[in-house]
Amino acid sequence: MLAYLIRRIFYAIPILLGVNLLTFALFFVVNTPDDMARMQLGVKRVTPEAIEKWKQQHGYDKPLLVNDQAPGAGRLTNTIFFEKSASMFVFDFGYSDDGRNIAREISTRMLPSLAIALPTFFIGLLLYVSFALVMTLFRATALDMAGVALCVLLMSISSLFYIIGGQFIASKLWHWVPISGYAGGIEGLRFLVLPILIGVAGGIGASSRWYRTIFLEEISKDYVRTARAKGLSELRVLFRHVLKNAMIPILTGVVVVIPLLFMGSLLTESFFGIPGLGSYTIDAINAQDFGVVRAMVFLGSVLYIVGLILTDVSYTVVDPRVRLS
Amino acid sequence: MIFILLTLTIAGVWWVRQRPHLILPWVRVAQSRVGMVSLLVLSIFMLIGLLDSLHYRAALPDKNNGQAIYSSEVLSVFDVLANGLHSHTEKTYSAPLAIHLYAKESIETPEGKQLRDYPRLRFGGAHLEDESQREADIVKRIIVGALAGVIFVAMLIAVFRVSFARNKIVRAVLLSVLLLSIFIGVVANLAAGYHVLGTDKVGQDVLYLSLKSIRTGLVIGTVTTLVMLPFALFFGIAAGYLRGWVDDVIQYVYTVLSSIPSVLLIAAAVLMMQVVIEKNADWFATSAARADVRLLCLCVILGVTSWTGLCRLLRGETLKLREMEYIQAAQAFGVSSFRIITRHIVPNVMHIVLISVVMEFSALVLAEAVLSYVGVGVDPSTISFGTLINAARLEMGREPMVWWTLASAFGFMLVLVLSANLFADAVRDAFDPRLNRTESTT
Repeated sequence: MLAYLIRRIFYAIPILLGVNLLTFALFFVVNTPDDMARMQLGVKRVTPEAIEKWKQQHGYDKPLLVNDQAPGAGRLTNTIFFEKSASMFVFDFGYSDDGRNIAREISTRMLPSLAIALPTFFIGLLLYVSFALVMTLFRATALDMAGVALCVLLMSISSLFYIIGGQFIASKLWHWVPISGYAGGIEGLRFLVLPILIGVAGGIGASSRWYRTIFLEEISKDYVRTARAKGLSELRVLFRHVLKNAMIPILTGVVVVIPLLFMGSLLTESFFGIPGLGSYTIDAINAQDFGVVRAMVFLGSVLYIVGLILTDVSYTVVDPRVRLS
Repeated sequence: MIFILLTLTIAGVWWVRQRPHLILPWVRVAQSRVGMVSLLVLSIFMLIGLLDSLHYRAALPDKNNGQAIYSSEVLSVFDVLANGLHSHTEKTYSAPLAIHLYAKESIETPEGKQLRDYPRLRFGGAHLEDESQREADIVKRIIVGALAGVIFVAMLIAVFRVSFARNKIVRAVLLSVLLLSIFIGVVANLAAGYHVLGTDKVGQDVLYLSLKSIRTGLVIGTVTTLVMLPFALFFGIAAGYLRGWVDDVIQYVYTVLSSIPSVLLIAAAVLMMQVVIEKNADWFATSAARADVRLLCLCVILGVTSWTGLCRLLRGETLKLREMEYIQAAQAFGVSSFRIITRHIVPNVMHIVLISVVMEFSALVLAEAVLSYVGVGVDPSTISFGTLINAARLEMGREPMVWWTLASAFGFMLVLVLSANLFADAVRDAFDPRLNRTESTT
């Protein structure tokens, strides 16, 4: 198990290097430091000296990939790629355009993101699985058909609609909760209710339908027939046998998402004015702050790989037949 | 380009018709009521999109040394058909079917006094002499429109001699044709005199904007799929069939691509595209050309970032197929790899391709709206659901509230995506070999 984990972590390195190279190519080769300087300085006709000065201030005055002038290992380390991109491996993201430390910004913004994402995730998972179980229990009846129809309908509604509509009804018509904002502690709870509700509602269509398909696939297998032949009630069959066996496909889809919860939801956070990582990313995109976007891309892929490893580990928990080696 | 697509589709349909084993799943699609009805709705959307794609530039009346000068405004056939909607712009907001503006303005009465009131619209209900006629006129137009729809369907039935009693499918389709044509008749008749869905901030007709958005949605859905397909097919099958180092490299590439959260990857790529476009502003003659290029670039970016899912599926399926006996037999006979792939593997993975393509389509239409909100979508000057929603987002907070732009953008999107989803379900049910199909063979 431990050996497996270590090997997986080593496998992650070339992938992260690839991600790094890709974002590096996207951000620095397409948009050279000269262009960045010109854009930051804002004027169309800036003097070459001003550009050089800006580059020196921000540390962009080095060759992109290979430094011919530097001796020895400096050929590779004394470059923009090494300083700006490779440093991400130790989570040193540098500074954003407004001069703040990106790593510190990320760590303070993580908490609000989690405060929204974790409850949404767990309430949602519980709700979707139970809805899917109910549909499976009443399969091939009018109730099941209505459930599937409802799922397809909910799936077809834009996520923007859930947010805008939910905000409108709950905050403007009924004056339940504030439209947007965030506060720490118990005070902040009322800010969280609406985003969480909307987040849960937004996923119900696609997820419940997906879980229903998984359950239906399991229910046509032989062991279910055996369980029924033993005289177990349908409910017991569903909970004791089908749910357990459906865990593997469910986990495959779910565990990958858990680490990404740190990143928050782009849309929800920016609509509700929550100072999390999602709104941070959106602001960075709108302000064209490439340093932040690059950091978020890297963080996202690290978390995704962590999620993949977690998925494998979780298999061993739910299915004793799976051994990692 | 769209016409090449169209001819290809028609050729494809003809080719499939020649081969009975290929028709079979389509016959199954045709046997599902939901599938046919959603296909009908989809094809109306497609028709609007196609009409909107036939561009031309109107020749200006004055000639310059015998050479025609073309106006800079690009029009489409759809604009001509909906002529009233295109040119009838008001000053600012007006509610659906209203005859007054939504904001008070000072107007001068005939007696010369200043008065703050809601001014009459320039086009909405302009034919009415008296404001009290409005309700009666609307009811009259609805009835006439509905009648036109009914007559149209009756003519269809008479021309094609379809009998009602033949089977359930024909009846369901006919019923939906009837409902649709009544609906279209009513809307078209009302649109001739009013702004059916109101007008937006700068006075453009919302119905017109929504109909124009359909084309953007369709273009994004189809072009992205076209970009994605060759990547996914080529790399997926190559990885699965050739294995070895080819497989390793391709797997590495798609793991890298898919480990970046897709929104961020798209955002990064689009940001870079914006920088390139800004840097080379002189490449584009008009802002419309720039918007078109941006739309195409967005499709390419979406395609390049979304091929990994299908690629993984195809690789898995090819790995399974290459162990099949008929392929081993072909290898034993010395058939070249290329020939094995084109003759045996590609036809056998086509159902996966088709299913995932139709499923992807609706997701792409929804994604466009979200991306446009984030600020990495289509050009702000392109009419699309995303830009409509983005512009209308703040109108909910206005007092009094302006709800119709948002409502119609979401409504049109819902219908488009819903019918695409239902059609995708019908296609999947018909093509998925895992489903038990005893009922259709008997």
